[in-house]
Amino acid sequence: MGRTVPAWQSALLSALILVIFLGGWEILGRQGGGGGAALDPEYAALLGQAAQTGGQTPFPLPSEIAARLWELLRDPFYVRGTNDQGIGVQIAYSLIRVGAGFGLAALVAIPLGFLIGMSPLLSGALNPFIQVLRPVSPLAWMPLALFTIKDSSISAIFVIFICSVWPMLLNTAFGVASVRREWLNVARTLEAGTLKTAFRVILPAAAPTILTGMRISIGIAWLVIVAAEMLVGGTGIGYWVWNQWNNLSLADIVIAILMIGIVGLLLDRLLGMVAKVVSWQE
Amino acid sequence: MSHPYVSVEGISRAYPGHTVFRDLWFGVARGEFVCLVGHSGCGKTTVLNILAGLDAPNSGGVIVDGQEISGPSLDRAVIFQGHALMPWMTAEQNVAFALSCRHPKWGKAELREAARAALAKVGLAEAATRKPSQLSGGMKQRVGIARALALNPKMLLMDEPFSALDALTRGALQDEVSRLVTEANQTAFMITHDVDEAILLADRILLMTNGPDARCAEVVINTLPRPRNRANLHKMPGYHALRDHTLEFLLTRSRTLAGTRPEGWDPKSPPRVAPAATADKAAELV
Repeated sequence: MGRTVPAWQSALLSALILVIFLGGWEILGRQGGGGGAALDPEYAALLGQAAQTGGQTPFPLPSEIAARLWELLRDPFYVRGTNDQGIGVQIAYSLIRVGAGFGLAALVAIPLGFLIGMSPLLSGALNPFIQVLRPVSPLAWMPLALFTIKDSSISAIFVIFICSVWPMLLNTAFGVASVRREWLNVARTLEAGTLKTAFRVILPAAAPTILTGMRISIGIAWLVIVAAEMLVGGTGIGYWVWNQWNNLSLADIVIAILMIGIVGLLLDRLLGMVAKVVSWQE
Repeated sequence: MSHPYVSVEGISRAYPGHTVFRDLWFGVARGEFVCLVGHSGCGKTTVLNILAGLDAPNSGGVIVDGQEISGPSLDRAVIFQGHALMPWMTAEQNVAFALSCRHPKWGKAELREAARAALAKVGLAEAATRKPSQLSGGMKQRVGIARALALNPKMLLMDEPFSALDALTRGALQDEVSRLVTEANQTAFMITHDVDEAILLADRILLMTNGPDARCAEVVINTLPRPRNRANLHKMPGYHALRDHTLEFLLTRSRTLAGTRPEGWDPKSPPRVAPAATADKAAELV
């Protein structure tokens, strides 16, 4: 693994793979889509009228998707009624929910993780609860959230909260518990108080581990928001995907997948930048 | 030595089924430099940690300035074996952090100025804004020394502070510490297994037998005149006698004496010898 490759080489290969993939898709799509004979007779019977008028929906071609993408991105923030809002607006809704749920989770998980990391008693006492609750799919909480909170939008935030709290909690506790004994001894011989030790020694020492937890959390939160919004509906990129499925706008769904991927990447990079700021090396 | 600044009174440390050391008594007078020499496993570091207040003995106690210690104190600054600098702080911030504990009311500028001055004292004025990862091993340990001395402690505790350094750097730092400690008439206690280091720095050398159940078998008085440095040390009359005596203890007697307590052994006053003075006299007689 010691060999390094110039960046332009890998970039060129990336571009080549993309061109071959999209080109192949376009060519195969054009060949297959022309005949119209691919319609299954039973499916045609089900569709009835629509089948006779050629109502099948062919899988969109890259060129069609690109055209639609251009259309969507030219005016991403329009609002024409509750069911017709720009893709930018939908992503903004999702981001606000993720931000709120993730932010609340950080406010709870980091202080609590600090306590767990510093106190073996608390760590032992809370560990069984954490171990049982952590593997639960966050969506399993949705019915309970809807029942108790009674507001679908806040329920979605709660689901984000629940799914992002665990990695941050565990990483904070681990980071705090594994702060070097020698640094703590330095703080003790300097008679630094508990708060001073916590903020000047333990927090900076554990910060890279905490940031790793936050990065994992934001990734999971962004995964879960799509599913949560499909369930609660109304607004958001998840709801938009489901809405376009109901409209059978497959091109829009491909675009949504692309957008979700890009936003997820940006969120990760953002926290990656913060992680770089707080990282230290010996 | 009527009323030593630090008085270690009968401390013992044991783990289940294993006594590290037992009934250890010694004192450190104001302005005195005491070295504890012994092989690993005799509990040297534990003794230092007890003096620092980071560890507690199973029995016995340590009196500092007339009061039994119950925990760490800024008056007993520690220079750790690994430099123990915070890697996210610059050299200056590391020293300033210690100073901010000593002087909670000082402002940022005041702390920075004092930290710079402390670093300048160990010849690191230029490296103040560098992080530990950008410093060499010797420079890191210099920052550790600056951090401890900046506190203006009543006592300096050193746990094999140079053992992780290469021979050249170690020598330079030994001379530096020798100079700083002599200048400030600093009371100091140091753990080492390096005989030359002990002879260079110490007024008294406590020799520990091997563990388990280690004891202080002998106190060697270092009568070599100060100032000492590595260049003039080996030319001093009596140096070789002192060195041979100490080395001989480490190589042989630390092992043969281990675990035994001779008839009528008084842990409060182990035999005191001054090989350098004796050799000196012998040389005069010839």
